[in-house]
Amino acid sequence: MISLRDVSKAYPRSGDALSGVSFRLRKGEFAFLTGPSGAGKSTVLELIHFQTRPTEGEVQVSRYNSRRVRRRDIPALRRRVGFVFQDFKLLERLTAAENVAFALEVIGTPRREIAGRVQRLLSQVGLAARARSRPSELSGGERQRVAVARALATEPRILLADEPTGNLDPDAAGGVFELFRMLNRLGTAVLMATHDADFVCRHAEIRQLELEDGRLVRDSAA
Amino acid sequence: MRAVREALAGFRRTPLLCALSIGAVGLSLVILGLFGLVAHNVGGAIGDVERRVEVVGYLLDDAGPEQVRAARRELEALPAVESVRYVSKDEALERARRDLVEFSDVYGELRVNPLPASFHLRLREGFRTPETVSETAGTLAAYPFIEEARFGDEWVERLFALRSAAAAVALALGGGFALVAVLLIVTTVRMAVLARGEEIEIMQIVGAREGYIQRPFLLEGALTGLAGGLLALGVTRLAYVFFPARFAAVESLVWLPHPWTAAGVAAAAALGLLAAAFSVHREVGRAYGPS
Repeated sequence: MISLRDVSKAYPRSGDALSGVSFRLRKGEFAFLTGPSGAGKSTVLELIHFQTRPTEGEVQVSRYNSRRVRRRDIPALRRRVGFVFQDFKLLERLTAAENVAFALEVIGTPRREIAGRVQRLLSQVGLAARARSRPSELSGGERQRVAVARALATEPRILLADEPTGNLDPDAAGGVFELFRMLNRLGTAVLMATHDADFVCRHAEIRQLELEDGRLVRDSAA
Repeated sequence: MRAVREALAGFRRTPLLCALSIGAVGLSLVILGLFGLVAHNVGGAIGDVERRVEVVGYLLDDAGPEQVRAARRELEALPAVESVRYVSKDEALERARRDLVEFSDVYGELRVNPLPASFHLRLREGFRTPETVSETAGTLAAYPFIEEARFGDEWVERLFALRSAAAAVALALGGGFALVAVLLIVTTVRMAVLARGEEIEIMQIVGAREGYIQRPFLLEGALTGLAGGLLALGVTRLAYVFFPARFAAVESLVWLPHPWTAAGVAAAAALGLLAAAFSVHREVGRAYGPS
């Protein structure tokens, strides 16, 4: 489903972000992407989301290959790959429901279907009761759930999460993580970047891909 | 439909910015409009003078009527020639008596008419260049019964140089002000894109197509250009109506032809669209990587 082969990424100003990274993530799999800040975790996620292209090597996501992908195919690829951020990236002027509806509108969902789907998505993340609240009225955990609901709007097969629990207290972080586990059990592959070593240790059964200075130094499944 | 809604919402969200940019675009186009008005009138005046450019050939007295008729037919067939007028010796004398009143005594006492018959050739539009005028004079002078062909070469060259200079100035100033309008619209749309950066980022993340994101901005640019164009047209028209009344010298100012004004407003909208396309492609396009 996701495959990185000898991927390197260098930026003109900051230099090498990744060097020779290779791994595969199978359909329905769950993995942590770990390492200290600056290790290259976000770069890996951006490469999989085709927000940037490798300097060397190749990234394959489903049938899309970084060497051959056409610019006009990228939106279709991104609809298959949901993305959740540490800072939620919600629109403050919109309610929770409107934030989710926004994503549905953007991908061309017929208007008459939007309300029903928003309700289902918010129920799925346990936030049906807060549909009319604006992000500023929600707790960190609730905001992240709205962000997850929005990411699920396109019915992605893969969910990428960049430090999704980084801004949350332990309880909220646990709740969001359980949500990811539930989605994973329903068949969505999840790749979750985190630098919280304790959190990863508590879930030792989950595959761990560890990055250090842009290199993959450990793959617990290998 | 959504693009129209979003474009109008863009105007509602930042009314001051939009009004300022329409005003600024309108102002640069007003200068262009006023300049167009002046250029059109100057061009018209030069055209009037140009239409009077004549090549005159004076005939020898022994030119036979058959020769004159044949020459006239040949001259009329030349592609550059619009009309050929033949002035006989008697007509020339009649005209001299009429036009040169101070010499009427001299002409009145003449027993022999000293004035020659002549051909007066007018040239078609587009052929009134110094080269063509000189070439036509040469053709005329080549007839054996033509004593002399005149066309005021120095005058024609000056007139042509004046037209070329006016065209060059029009092009340079017109291009300059159009560029100013484009830069203003580029900046406006760029600011609008930056103001909605968060929304655009989310659209890109969830898989919006590039066109979906770009269309409202393109429409906003086109509408800004259109509004600026209409504003400029209105102000130029006001200037046309009120200014000549104060200056007797420009009493006969002619308003721009309708195709010009329509093309000007359409061009303003097109410039807005192009400027927006440039701006939005830079700001939105980079998230989709190389083409």
